[in-house]
Amino acid sequence: MNVLKLIYKNLFRHSLRSVLTILGVAVAVLAFGLLRTVVTAWSYGVEASSADRLVTRHAVSFIFPLPVAYRDQIAGIPGVTRVTYANWFQGIYKDQSFENFFPRLAVDAETIFEVYKEYEVPADQLAAFKKQRNSCVIGRKLAEQHGFKIGDVIPITGDIFPGRWEFTVAGVYAGKDKTADETQLFFHWDYLNERSRETAPWVTDQVGWYIVQIGQPNEAANISAAIDALYANSAAKTKSETEKAFQQSFVSLSGAIITSLEVISYVIIGIILMVLANTIIMSARERIREYAVLRTLGFTAFHVIGLIIGESLFISMSGGALGLALTFPVSSWFGAQFPTIFPVFAVQPSTVVLAALFALAVGLIAASFPAARSARMRIVDGLRQIG
Amino acid sequence: MKIPISYNLRNLWTRRLTTSLTVGGISLVVFVFAAVLMLAQGVEDTLVATGSDDNVIILRKGSTTELLSAVSRDQIGIINTFPEVAVGADGTPYGTSDVVTIINLNKKQTKDMGNISVRGVSAGTTALRPQVRLASGRWFRQGSTEIVVGNKIHDQFENVEPGQEIQIGSKRWTIVGVYEAGRTGFASEIWADADMLMAEFNRSTTFSTYTFRLKDPADYDVIKTKLETEQRLQDLEVKREQQFYREQSEGMSVFIKALGLFITVIFSVGAMIGAMITMYAAVANRTVEIGTLRALGFRRRSVLAAFLAEALALSFIGGVVGLVLASFLQAVSFSTTNFGSFSELAFGFSLSMDIVISTMIFALTMGVVGGFLPAVRASRLSIINALRAV
Repeated sequence: MNVLKLIYKNLFRHSLRSVLTILGVAVAVLAFGLLRTVVTAWSYGVEASSADRLVTRHAVSFIFPLPVAYRDQIAGIPGVTRVTYANWFQGIYKDQSFENFFPRLAVDAETIFEVYKEYEVPADQLAAFKKQRNSCVIGRKLAEQHGFKIGDVIPITGDIFPGRWEFTVAGVYAGKDKTADETQLFFHWDYLNERSRETAPWVTDQVGWYIVQIGQPNEAANISAAIDALYANSAAKTKSETEKAFQQSFVSLSGAIITSLEVISYVIIGIILMVLANTIIMSARERIREYAVLRTLGFTAFHVIGLIIGESLFISMSGGALGLALTFPVSSWFGAQFPTIFPVFAVQPSTVVLAALFALAVGLIAASFPAARSARMRIVDGLRQIG
Repeated sequence: MKIPISYNLRNLWTRRLTTSLTVGGISLVVFVFAAVLMLAQGVEDTLVATGSDDNVIILRKGSTTELLSAVSRDQIGIINTFPEVAVGADGTPYGTSDVVTIINLNKKQTKDMGNISVRGVSAGTTALRPQVRLASGRWFRQGSTEIVVGNKIHDQFENVEPGQEIQIGSKRWTIVGVYEAGRTGFASEIWADADMLMAEFNRSTTFSTYTFRLKDPADYDVIKTKLETEQRLQDLEVKREQQFYREQSEGMSVFIKALGLFITVIFSVGAMIGAMITMYAAVANRTVEIGTLRALGFRRRSVLAAFLAEALALSFIGGVVGLVLASFLQAVSFSTTNFGSFSELAFGFSLSMDIVISTMIFALTMGVVGGFLPAVRASRLSIINALRAV
């Protein structure tokens, strides 16, 4: 089509300027894509939540434990199919650096992998895990990151639960799909409980939180209320909510940081706008006489506006495409640096769509001022312009 | 012979729109850069302010946060027998035994949940922490379930007005006042009576930490050795109060700086490209002028210097605008969950001379890098071709 050819040729009259502008837009879109990926990765836990699971924790704060005795009572509530529990063990593996951080949880070996069906463990490994008290099952990403194999002993220095602990790797679990967290270590709650009788008696027979599997996801609100009603008058009151809401509350702890990152990603859009607008204004100003000639030949103001907007969109969309293409490899690299901080670090479709939409919007807005100005200019004034 | 700088400055003014767009882009980048530095500095300032040089804190060994720590009444009694502990006129040691726990409250606008530290303190706390002062209402009465709320919590979270009650453990506690604590971390806490709080959580003899004042700050090493070799205190560790709070927020500070710098590097590439585009266009539009200047006798060097100066002027103005915008951030408070202590911490943006200097250097560097190649092109133009250009 002639119009496209005209746009292309016009742009590459000043190839350096056009290339630089496309690069500028690409860099900004890359930054935007990365920031949004960090923001979405923060909520990975929310995405991985299952609609058929509830979390029951201490009503005052998640850090207070619940009696293990609650388990059977919760299991008795109609609509509940299975109940399991976990304790946040923490502890230190080697040192306190980011590389050596990974979640360590004391769980009920019999039920944990039935409630979390998305963590798949080979049957023989699961059997070995259940049999050996001081064994553990680790996630696949964790095993890769530190080179752990079946039979290895992982030493952890306890802090919440003091002492030196050693866990033998009995199995490795893999996530069923990409949203699963494969960086965790699960070991026997019974083992924790026995040892804590001597070393930390104030935490014996207590669990961190319960995970309740229900038959009907739309019964979630009713069953949550029923669980909490059971303990409304006890010393350890509970708060039950869907797993999604529970994960979301963790994300909101860092709410201020996430909001700042989002604000910054919009500041970037502003920067792209300025860089692009700058170029288009310069380019339009140089060619006022040419546009006047075109108008003399019979092309209407509409055509001129179309040319200007066309150039602007060409730059913004190519820059956007380039930036998006770069976002994927850079995100992979970034995510690989911090596997346990961001267990799932992938560019979400929403990010791609948003980036494309912004590139489009920026292309249109940047061209609006010069397009309007050249449309209003009289042909005579345009012909009179020099240079 | 140097080209007068007024030539460049007037050129910037003539192409106002382009200049202001480029300046706008640079100033946004500078703003983000300065904001990150100011935030990191704000975190530092909070750490330094929280904790005095002559205070020593005693915790259980290996406790990275006060939540995990436990110090018994007996142990505190033993510590108080040492001569290095400062003692008041009436013979009571300057010390406070604290019990720390966490409750959840919701933020005012976003309704996000936050972990708030509730600190049970002893009567001696005000002497040890002179930064803490009552702002409104009154202090809680010893032996009651009254509490006072730090001003940062009062500002950010809902339902914490004096007169209201909040749930801690099994009872409702009444808020009777709001206190200020300058920039310290204490401003993001709720304070209550230690003994009452301990009773609530069934710990009658175990505090979280014990903080005391040294008679002479230089005694620190002496008392540290003595306490660490004392048999009955084997499971405790000794730290300077300032050092402990610094370690608590180190992770946060490092994270903010790393994330911020990473973002800023990408931004600055974008800004340099913007500056480059503007300068190339400036050179292209003034080809005839440059030819004229050279024909008049100005050397290539001078042309290079002139265009570089123009780029520097652009980035200088952008830098100043960005800094001015960033300085407004000082009125804003940033509150989030500190990774180290797992509880809410509010800090401000602090602008220091160092930050102003670093930011201006950053802005000028962007200008130099962005403007260098175009300036080289300007100086390389052959006089005849330049004069012939339309």
